[in-house]
Amino acid sequence: MCLIRVFLPAHLRNLVQAASEVALNVAPPVTVRSVLDALEAQYPMLRGTIRDHETQKRRPFVRFFACREDLSHDSPDSPLPEAVASGAEPLLIVGAIAGGRTVSF
Amino acid sequence: MSKVRVLVGTKKGAFVLTADGARNKWDINGPFFGGWEIYHMKGSPVDPNRLYASQSTGWFGQLIQRSSDGGQTWEPVENKFAYDGIPGTHQWYDGTPHPWEFKRVWHLESSLTDAETVYAGVEDAALFRSSDGGKSWQELSGLRGHGSGPHWTPGAGGMCLHTIILDPKNPQRIFIAISAAGAFRSDDGGQTWQPINQGLRSEHIPDPTAEVGHCVHHIAMHPANPGRLFMQKHWDVMRSDDAGASWQEVSGNLPTDFGFTIDIHAHEPETIYVVPIKSDSEHYPPDAKLRVYRSRSGGHDWEALTKGLPQSDCYVNVLRDAMSVDSLDSCGIYFGTTGGQVYCSADSGDNWLPIVRDLPSVLSVEVQTLV
Repeated sequence: MCLIRVFLPAHLRNLVQAASEVALNVAPPVTVRSVLDALEAQYPMLRGTIRDHETQKRRPFVRFFACREDLSHDSPDSPLPEAVASGAEPLLIVGAIAGGRTVSF
Repeated sequence: MSKVRVLVGTKKGAFVLTADGARNKWDINGPFFGGWEIYHMKGSPVDPNRLYASQSTGWFGQLIQRSSDGGQTWEPVENKFAYDGIPGTHQWYDGTPHPWEFKRVWHLESSLTDAETVYAGVEDAALFRSSDGGKSWQELSGLRGHGSGPHWTPGAGGMCLHTIILDPKNPQRIFIAISAAGAFRSDDGGQTWQPINQGLRSEHIPDPTAEVGHCVHHIAMHPANPGRLFMQKHWDVMRSDDAGASWQEVSGNLPTDFGFTIDIHAHEPETIYVVPIKSDSEHYPPDAKLRVYRSRSGGHDWEALTKGLPQSDCYVNVLRDAMSVDSLDSCGIYFGTTGGQVYCSADSGDNWLPIVRDLPSVLSVEVQTLV
């Protein structure tokens, strides 16, 4: 299992009553899909808020960033960067044009 | 001693306002779900501490929250609203076919007999029901399947099912309204539906008296007289005395008959309230004066209620679900504005005071009378 760090936007942090990052155990391969599966298993109230219930497609105003790259349009089954899989870097789930908060790592 | 609880949904969260029966000293609790749009909250008449709230944003979609302690604590319940079967298309603004897509819940209506049963009116227009306190939702698809669905069009705010009225004397009868399809009635608990728009006239559609296509903004019914309905249409205030089978205009001497909300006095079934808005392009009160209009005769003859309301430089709107009444002996009337004020009149509208002045833009107001 890999310990994955996920950064949630403020609205969803409030919903799950978590700090800015949550930690998830994810079985390899570490992909957007496997991380979201683990995230929704740990926090069922997030189902439907990041990806559509039925199609599992990313909601239009949600973006996925990691390691200074935009992964939003990658296949959800593409392996995430090794730095994410190792827990060195978080997967950022971001509300598009969602404010000016500075994120420090 | 009696209490009132006012459930206020705003563009940036929910607020719960409480007072004793005098209604002159208020406790303001909130925001709950800060930053989210709360289109509507509703309490159960069976268990007033059971509340339901519709929470959404354009970013993260729809959530449904439930409280079992009168709004002190909340828990998210199921947010999956799946249309029954292949939803097909309705008309887009330009008349072209457009896929039916779930966007949000506009209105929640608790069952009159069971705290675990609640109805949800959604955009794109459909009616859902939960029989397990919001843990699962099933579409009452006979409405969309009525046959006219492919001809429904969105109003300016979207194609929303915004009004749900349960008949207290006939548990099989449900009224709903959709912008911009019109009003519908079911007499079999929501399985089948018929449009009830005869008498409505709308100049924005090719056939002004068409069976469907009318932009109904809100409907109110007094529980003592469930066959009589009052409607604020896009333009026109209407009345039906035959459970929607036919409608007559009762706009009378209103300064404008455009508006969004309409409600009825708790103890006087012929006393109704509207808030006239200048026009469909200018969503603020005429003459910049915020005036509630009251008719004590079920329409036609209206009087302006102004004491305590701003009578100059006022440019707020009052949305369709943003007026409610309590059932205390001296009936209280409440409404919220897009400017963030929530007003209360503890004397049937004669005098008004703001409960709170600076909330986010108010989307909905519901009042519970607690004894």
